[in-house]
Amino acid sequence: MGLQPYLILAACLFTIGLFGVLTRRNAIGILLGIELMLNAVNVNLVAFARFTGETAGLIFTLFTISITVAEVALGLAIVILIFRVRRTVEADQLHLLKG
Amino acid sequence: MNAGTLALAALGLPFCSFVLLAVALPLRRAGRAAGALSIAAIGGSLLASLVLWRTLPGESVELTWTWLPAEGGPMATVGILVDHLTASMLVLVALVSFLVQLYSLGYLEHETPPALGRYYAYHSLFAFSMLGLVLASNFLQMFIFWELVGLCSYLLIGFWYTKPEAARAAVKAFWVTKAGDLGFIIGIVLLWGQAGTFQFSRLFQMAGDRTLPTAGLALIMFLIYLGAVGKSAQFPLHVWLPDAMEGPTPVSALIHAATMVAAGVYLVSRVYPLFLLTPDVLALIGWVGAFTALLAATLGLVQADIKRVLAYSTVSQLGFMMAALGAGASDAGFFHLLTHGLFKALLFLGAGAVIHAVGTNDIWQMGRLARAMPQTMIVFLVGTLALAGIWPFAGFFSKDAVLAGVWEGGLAIPFLMLALSVFLTAFYMFRVVFVVFFGPRHAEGHAHDAPPVMAAPLWILAVLTVGWGIGLATRGGGEKAHGPEWVPWLATALAVAGIGFAWLTYQKRVVTPETLARAFAPVYTAAVGKFWLDDLYGGLYRSTLLGFSRLVGWVDRYLVDGLVNLASAWTLRWGDGLRRIQTGRAQDYLYGIAFGLLLVIVWGYWR
Amino acid sequence: MGWNGLPILTLITWAPFVGAVLIMFTARHHPLAVRLIGAVTTGISLVLSVAVYLAYDTEAAGFQFYEKIPLVPALGISYEVAVDGIGLILVLLTAIIIFSGVFASWTVQTRSQEFYALLLVLVTGVFGVFVSLDLFVFFLFYELAVLPMYLLIGIWGSSAQVRPRGIFGWAMRETGVGSKEYAAMKLTLYLLLGSAFILVGILALYMAAGGSSFSFLELEGAAFDPVLQRWVFLLFYVGFGVLAGIWPLHTWSPDGHASAPTAVSMLHAGVLMKLGAYGIVRLGMGLLPEGTHDWVWLVGTIATINIVYGALSAMAQTDLKYVIAYSSVSHMGIVLLGAATLTEAGLNGSVFQMFAHGIMTGLFFALVGLVYEKAHSREIFKMGGFGRMMPGIATAFTLGGLSSLGLPATSGFVAEFLTFLGAWRSAHSWWLFPAVAGTFLTAVYVLRVVKQIFWGEIPAHGEFHDLPDARGPEWVALGLLMFVIVLFGMVPWIAVYPIDTATVPLLIRLGIRP
Repeated sequence: MGLQPYLILAACLFTIGLFGVLTRRNAIGILLGIELMLNAVNVNLVAFARFTGETAGLIFTLFTISITVAEVALGLAIVILIFRVRRTVEADQLHLLKG
Repeated sequence: MNAGTLALAALGLPFCSFVLLAVALPLRRAGRAAGALSIAAIGGSLLASLVLWRTLPGESVELTWTWLPAEGGPMATVGILVDHLTASMLVLVALVSFLVQLYSLGYLEHETPPALGRYYAYHSLFAFSMLGLVLASNFLQMFIFWELVGLCSYLLIGFWYTKPEAARAAVKAFWVTKAGDLGFIIGIVLLWGQAGTFQFSRLFQMAGDRTLPTAGLALIMFLIYLGAVGKSAQFPLHVWLPDAMEGPTPVSALIHAATMVAAGVYLVSRVYPLFLLTPDVLALIGWVGAFTALLAATLGLVQADIKRVLAYSTVSQLGFMMAALGAGASDAGFFHLLTHGLFKALLFLGAGAVIHAVGTNDIWQMGRLARAMPQTMIVFLVGTLALAGIWPFAGFFSKDAVLAGVWEGGLAIPFLMLALSVFLTAFYMFRVVFVVFFGPRHAEGHAHDAPPVMAAPLWILAVLTVGWGIGLATRGGGEKAHGPEWVPWLATALAVAGIGFAWLTYQKRVVTPETLARAFAPVYTAAVGKFWLDDLYGGLYRSTLLGFSRLVGWVDRYLVDGLVNLASAWTLRWGDGLRRIQTGRAQDYLYGIAFGLLLVIVWGYWR
Repeated sequence: MGWNGLPILTLITWAPFVGAVLIMFTARHHPLAVRLIGAVTTGISLVLSVAVYLAYDTEAAGFQFYEKIPLVPALGISYEVAVDGIGLILVLLTAIIIFSGVFASWTVQTRSQEFYALLLVLVTGVFGVFVSLDLFVFFLFYELAVLPMYLLIGIWGSSAQVRPRGIFGWAMRETGVGSKEYAAMKLTLYLLLGSAFILVGILALYMAAGGSSFSFLELEGAAFDPVLQRWVFLLFYVGFGVLAGIWPLHTWSPDGHASAPTAVSMLHAGVLMKLGAYGIVRLGMGLLPEGTHDWVWLVGTIATINIVYGALSAMAQTDLKYVIAYSSVSHMGIVLLGAATLTEAGLNGSVFQMFAHGIMTGLFFALVGLVYEKAHSREIFKMGGFGRMMPGIATAFTLGGLSSLGLPATSGFVAEFLTFLGAWRSAHSWWLFPAVAGTFLTAVYVLRVVKQIFWGEIPAHGEFHDLPDARGPEWVALGLLMFVIVLFGMVPWIAVYPIDTATVPLLIRLGIRP
C-alpha cells in the first residue's frame, strides 16, 4: 500500500471535520469537528514519517496530540463558561463580534 | 545746526511725543498734560521748521539709510529730502498742527481726560506722519507716511467712535482713499520694475538725462496720480471728504483742509519732473481738477451744515490746485496749497468757534452772530474774503496765479469751469456769512466769543492771511502770476459778483433761494442728491462686493467644503456597508478562511 | 557643535518638552505651578531664540549652530540640527507665539495640566521641524506637531453653528459639521493625508539618492532625475500645501481654527501653517530646482486664488473666529505667492510674511479668545460698542487689523510690499493685481469688523454690560505681540538681513542667480 490511501483518508477526515465545524450549531459539535481536523493532520504526519523514514513527523504528532488535549480542555472550559453566562452553547447566538 | 539735523528734529519730536503718549498710560490718561506734551513737541517742530526755512541752503539736502536690504545694495531706503518745496510745506504743516492742537485744548475741554489723551496721541502721530510725508525722499517712504496720515485721519474722524455716523464716515474715508492707494502702490511697484529705484533724486536724474524708459510710463504716472485722487478728494473719489466732517472740527481744519488732503497735490508737485514726461496724464489731471472744482462748488451751494460747505469748498480748491498742476503751473498750484492751508484752517477753526458757541452745525439755526461773536465774525470774514479771492488777501494772489497758469497752459474749457467756480465760491461762502452772522436770529441762549486759547490761533491765522497778502501786494502784486493782464480783473469781478448775488439773495431777499432752486432745477436736484455718487458706491459695495463675498462664502462652505464632506460621508457609508460582513458568528469567519484557502490552492495549482 | 559648545538649538527645541514632563509628573492639582512651568520653559526657549537671533552671523550664508548625533547609522538617520536665515526667523516666531500663548490661555479651567502638557509637546514638534536637517527626524517632529492637535481641539475646543444646506447637505449632516469633534477629526485626517504625501516624497528622494543618508545637506548635493523631481515636487506641494492651507485643500483650517481653544488657534494659524510653507520652500525648492521650475506657475496661481478667495470668504462670515481663520487662508496666499515668484524680493517677502502673519494672527486669535471669554459670543453682528468697555482689546485688535491689511509701519506691510515687488518681477507679472486687490478686500472686512464690534453703541439688549478689559497675564501676550508687529514694521532690516542669507543661496541653487 502506498502513501496515497493514507492521504485520501486524511483528506476525508479533514473535510468531514471542516464540514462539522462549519455546519454544527452546537459549540461541543464544533469542538469535535476541530478534533477530527487535527487528527487528519496527525494521520498525514505519521504517514509521511513512515514513507520518508524521518522521525520528526512522529515527534510532531506526539506534540499535536498533547496540544489537542490541552485545547479540548480549554475549549470545553470556555464552552462551560459561556453556557453559565449565556445559558446556551448555540454558535448562532454567540455573535458579540457582530459589526 | 545743518538742514538735515533740523529736519530730523522736526520729524523726531512729534514721534517721541507719540511714543510717550502711547506707552506711558498715566500720562495719556492725564488728558491735559498729554496735550501739553504734544503741543510742546509740535512747537519744537515748528521752531525747527522755521529755522530750516530761513537757513535753507541753495541745493537740496538728502540723507538716506537702508530700509530693506538686498544682496546687491539696498532695495529700499528711508531718508529725508530737503529743498524749498519741503521747507515751505514743513512750515505750513507744523504751524497749522501747532495752532490746531492749541485750539483743541479749548474746543475739547469737556472731553474726559483719557479721551483727550487719546486725541493728542493721534495728533502727535499725525504730525509725525505728515512731516515724514513731506520729508520723504523716495516713493516707498512717501507711501508709508501717506498711509499713516490716512490712518490718523481714520482714527480722528472716528474720535467719537460711539457715534454711528462718525464710525461710518471714518471707515468710508479709509476705504475710499485706500481704493486710490491701490493705484498708487501698483504704480510704485511698476515704476520700480521700470527704473529699479524708488529714490526721487535718482528718478529725476534719469528723467533729466532721458535714461528712464518711457514705455508704459504714462500708465505708471496715471496709477500714481490715482493715489492723489483718493487723498486729495478729486472726482470721482471725493465722496469721503464731506462725510469726514463727523470728526471734531479742529481735526477737519488740520487734516481735512490744510494738510493731509493737500498731500495729493504735494505728491504731484514733488514728482513733477516725472509727470512732465507724460503730458497726457498732466492734461487729465488738469481736466479732472477743474471738473472737481466746479462739481464741488455746485455741491457747496446746497449744504445746510456749515462744515459741509467748507468741506466742499476744500474739494473745490483742491481741484483748483490740481488744475494748475495739470496745466503746467506747478508753482501756482503749490502756492495755492500754502495760502489755502492757512485760510481754510482759519475758516474751519472759525466755524468751530461758532459751533462750539451755538451747539449745532446747521446754518439755518444760527443767525445774527455778528453781534454776539464779533471777533469770530471778523476772522471768519477774513478767511472768506481770502477764499473768495479778494485783493489784498493771500487767496487773491494764489487763485490769480492758478487761473493765469491754466489759461497759459492752453486748457480753455477747464479755465471756464474754474472761472465759474470762482463765482460760485464767492456765492456759497457769503451765503454762509450772511446767514450765520447777519441773518435772522434763531439760536436760543447766549453765544459768545471763543476763550483765548481758541481765539489766539484764529487771530494768528487771520493775521498771516492778511499779512502775507499785503506783503505780496506791496512787493508788486504777486510775482508768481505771469498770465494776461485781464485775468486778475476777471477773477475779482466774478468774486464780487458772487458776493453781491449772495447779498441780494440771503440778505436783501431780492431773489429767494427757492426761485434759484427752481430756475436751476436739474442742477439743484443733482446737487442735493450729491450727483448720486454716494448711492452708486453704496450700491456697488452692498450688492456687488458684499453680494459676491456672500456667494464665495456660500460656495466655500457648501460646495468646496461640501465635496470634502461628501468624501467623508461616502467613506462613512462604505464603512457602514462593509460592517455587515462582520456577522459575529465564528463559523462565518471559518467559511471565509476555508474559501480563502481553497482560492490559494487553486491559484497555486493553476500558476 | 552648537554655539560655543552649547547645544543651543537642542535646548530651544526640548525645553518645552521637559516642561511638559514636569507638568505631568510634578504639578498635579497645582494650576499655578502648571502655568509657571509652562511660562518658564517657553521663556527659556524664547530667550535662547533671541540669543540665537542675535548671534546669527548675517555675513555668512548657509546653516549655523550645527549639531549632529547619529541615531541609526545603518540607514543614515541622525539627529542633525542647524538653522539658516529662514529657520532662524521661524524659530523666533514659534518662541514668541508659544510664550504669548501660555499667557493667553492662563484662564483655561478644565484639565489645565494636560492642556499645557500637550501644548508644550506640540511646540517641541514645531521647533524640531524648523531646526531639523535630517529628513527622517524632520518627519518625526512633523507628526509630533500634528497629532496633539486632535486632543487639544477635541477636548478643549468649542463648537460653532453651521447649518447643513446645499446639494451636499445630507453629507454635512452625516459628518456632524460644526462640532468640535468634527473639526478635530477633519483637521487631523487632512493633515495626516498630507503627511502621507510628504513621507512618500521623502522616501523617494532617499532611495533615489542611494539610500545612504536622510541628511538635507547630503540630498542637496544629489542630482535628481527631472521626471522624479517633477513628481516629488508635486507630492511635497500637495502634502505641505494642505498644512499651508492652499485652495481647495484649505477647508480644514477655518473649522479647525474656529473650534480650537485660544492658544491652539494661535499656534496653529500662527506657526503650523507656516510649517507647510516652510516645507515647500525648504524641501520642495531647496532639493528640487527643476521640479520647482515645472510647477511654480501652479503654486503662484493657486496662491492668488487663496488671496482673493480667502478675503472674500472672510468678508462673508458672521462668526468672528471664522473671519480670522479665513484671513489666514488669504494671507498664506501671500506667503506662497512670494515663494512662487522665485525672486529675491518675493522670497524675502514670503519668509517675512510667514513671520508677520504668524505674529498678527496670533494676536488676533488671542484677542478673539478674550472677547469670547468676556462676552460669550462670537457673533459679530450682535456685538457693538465694545471699545468703550475694553479699550485695550480694541486698540490691540485695531493694530492687528492694520497689520493684516498691510498698513505701513506694521510688519504686514513690509511682507506684502516685498511680495508685490517680487510678483511684478516674476515670470507671471499679472500675479501682482490679485495680490493688491487682496489688500483692499482685507481692508474692507477688517475695518468692517472693527467698526461693528468696537465702535458704535452698545446694543440695547443688555447682554453686554460691564465687560472687563484684558488683565495682567493677558497683557503680557498682547503687549509682546503688538511690540513685535510694530518693531518689525518700522525696522524691517533686522529680519531681512538674516532672511537674505538663506534666500540668495536658494536662488543660486534654483539657477536664477549665478
